Amino acid sequence: MDLSYSEEYEEFRREVQAFLKGYWPLQGDEAKLSHREQATLFRERAIAQGYAARAIPKRYGGSEREADVLKARIIGEEFGKAHAPGDIRSIGASMLVPTLLEHGQEWQKERFIAPTIRGEMVWCQGYSEPGAGSDLASLQTKAELDGDEWVINGHKVWTTGANIADYMFCLCRTEPEADKHGGISYLLIDMKSEGVQVSLLRQMTGTADFCEVFLNSVRIPAENIIGKRGEGWNVSRSTLKHERNMIGSAEASRATFRSLLKFAKGVQLNGRPALEDPVIRQRFAQIEGYVTAHLYSGYRQLTLAARGQEPGLAAMLNKLTSTNIGHMLAKLAFDLVGDQALESPSGDEVMNLKPRGGQAWVSQYMWSLGIAIAGGTANIQRNVIAERGLGLPRDRAVQRSN
Amino acid sequence: MDFGLSDEQELLQETVRGFVAKECPSPKLREIFEGQDGYDATLWDGMVKMGLGGLVVPESYGGAGLELLDLALVVEVLGEGAVPGPFFGHSLATLALTLGGSPEQKERWLPQLASGEALGTVALGEDNQAWDPAAWTAKVSEGQVTGEKAYVPYGERADLIIVGVGGGGLVAVTRESSGLKVEPVNGVDRTRRLARVTLQSAPCESLPEAVADRVRDAGLVLLAADAFGGASKLVSMAVEYAKTREQFGQPIAQFQAVKHRLADMITEIEPARGLYWYAAHAFDRIPDEAERAAALAKAHLSDCFMQLARDTVEVHGGIGFTWESDVQIWFKRAMFDRTFLGAPAYHLERVAQLADW
Ligand SMILES: Cc1cc2nc3c(=O)[nH]c(=O)nc-3n(C[C@H](O)[C@H](O)[C@H](O)COP(=O)(O)OP(=O)(O)OC[C@H]3O[C@@H](n4cnc5c(N)ncnc54)[C@H](O)[C@@H]3O)c2cc1C
Repeated sequence: MDLSYSEEYEEFRREVQAFLKGYWPLQGDEAKLSHREQATLFRERAIAQGYAARAIPKRYGGSEREADVLKARIIGEEFGKAHAPGDIRSIGASMLVPTLLEHGQEWQKERFIAPTIRGEMVWCQGYSEPGAGSDLASLQTKAELDGDEWVINGHKVWTTGANIADYMFCLCRTEPEADKHGGISYLLIDMKSEGVQVSLLRQMTGTADFCEVFLNSVRIPAENIIGKRGEGWNVSRSTLKHERNMIGSAEASRATFRSLLKFAKGVQLNGRPALEDPVIRQRFAQIEGYVTAHLYSGYRQLTLAARGQEPGLAAMLNKLTSTNIGHMLAKLAFDLVGDQALESPSGDEVMNLKPRGGQAWVSQYMWSLGIAIAGGTANIQRNVIAERGLGLPRDRAVQRSN
Repeated sequence: MDFGLSDEQELLQETVRGFVAKECPSPKLREIFEGQDGYDATLWDGMVKMGLGGLVVPESYGGAGLELLDLALVVEVLGEGAVPGPFFGHSLATLALTLGGSPEQKERWLPQLASGEALGTVALGEDNQAWDPAAWTAKVSEGQVTGEKAYVPYGERADLIIVGVGGGGLVAVTRESSGLKVEPVNGVDRTRRLARVTLQSAPCESLPEAVADRVRDAGLVLLAADAFGGASKLVSMAVEYAKTREQFGQPIAQFQAVKHRLADMITEIEPARGLYWYAAHAFDRIPDEAERAAALAKAHLSDCFMQLARDTVEVHGGIGFTWESDVQIWFKRAMFDRTFLGAPAYHLERVAQLADW
């Protein structure tokens, strides 16, 4: 165990601070650009400096730096303090890019990665269908090769951001003769293609971030496939792993915990400051135990990875641990918002990791459920932990359907 | 930054694990558990010969000169094996002297404690959950101590007792002292026996440094480490049992209700080892954070251990409820870890206070 920052890292921190001081917020004419344009401009400079897209090779638009957990943390901390836009945490950047790096062909990496990490190309994930949720491999959307084009017909659902996406990475059945998992391919669909029809679905929060996507004889180039025909299931496992990592991030749990603590400091309960209530104090301390354990487990996994060892079982627990914490925070927050729970939630588009104010916590109260369902429900996580982590026998129902 | 163990630390754990498997398998464990005084000379001698008697004692006094993290790693493995005996109290006594004793006291006691020639223990808590040094009432005057100390680990066997006294001080009392009465307590955890110590103007020596809080914090870390080891062991017992026990023509592990409970159990415990690692590391290297980290680790892990013990009994069905089953041994260690030095609710409140909430 060595948790100290050596002089090398203190020096690195000073460099990051100096960079931020010089470049953020933007000055002069640049400060008049739209928020999104400013972020894009700044992000390019951060990449050039090696403070963003560190895991991505230079030839695909990244800054290609050696993996260094501590430097990543320092960047995160300093960018956070300065409210500067760091790495994009979009579906494309967090899920598709790592998948491309692992399974993509050279031209695909060259074409898709750079605009995605700059935030210019937006992606959505077309996995779930009305009849295929937890049992994803039972999906029915069909793609047939016609000359040098795939012709796709089907119906995707819960597709987050399909209304604003440029592309969809999509699982389709391409080998009807093959078994359930062997017949799936991983295709990239331009959302502007003819036959793509998107309609918004409204969530319980009142906002609409996910969609239904109807695919009617949509034609895409045959080369828009990641991995080989029939290998889509394996490719999708890699995307899913990254999705779970994204949801399972312990730093995010800690940020939300801290935000709630801050909120509690300004709240009165039963005629006194909420934090003087012994029950509330106990609950905060109890949740801090889970948050801290989760965080240290994350540090340990990173340390193992840096040593070239497998984190094994520990990594399978991240999503469930994180969403369990989300539930605990939601319930505690709900007891703190008081009568504000009678009013509509704030219209946060996706789960806000650092809610501020009562209405944002009402929103988190709902979003914590969405997050627990997305990317594989809690029960599916338990199945994975039990079967792959603990080596317990598989469900009979699941065995039968394979 | 490195949040992991060194090769030496991993080796230390493996060595102790090998020793426990060989010297304290289930039949031996049960024999000591059922025995008169929860003590086995061969087992203890073996531990001492490995150098476990003086892990945190400086090398100049015959110890291994290691830190609390190393000691806690050993305690985790002993917790996994539910190894019975006086290790916990003895280790805290060596730590108290190392941190707070005068050079002369160290010279006199530490080599004997490290070599196992003498056994040490600590008498900290008093009646009515008075575990906090600020709540101790035993009185010292003119080199004599008077008071009642509840729940002293292996008090009957110890040669040297480090006693917590009013105002948060520590004094050393030897077995031969006049005015010392030690009565066994009918303890629930038969792998860690307890005694009640009554001191009536017993001659004592004060430790010059004020280290009672540090010793308490170290105790919390060690209980947290034990809880992690014990809880991990329970999960593997439950998993093994669920794989082999068949009902309705299939292993019970195939019933999703059982399977999901096992998944939840491992999700409770596996991420939490870092809590005790960090608390031990803070004790060794980051003093400002040590007290709060120790309280958080103890509250979280001991509560978790207790709940997993309840779950493990249920997974085992009727057999889990018997005296014959080994599950009860860990169940009772969980009761000990949860209660000794103060229950989770008490330490959670301290966690809140120490952060100025
Ligand atoms: C906020 C949000 C965003 C989403 N974004 C996307 C997206 O961008 N792209 C995309 O493709 N999908 C997305 N999804 C869909 C998500 O992946 C699915 O909702 C999820 O996989 C569950 O499928 P389902 O809704 O059909 O529920 P079902 O599979 O019908 O599950 C219903 C209940 O049954 C339980 N269950 C099912 N099977 C088992 C089993 N074998 N054992 C035990 N219990 C079981 C589940 O745990 C759950 O509690 C999103 C969902 C949400 C909520």
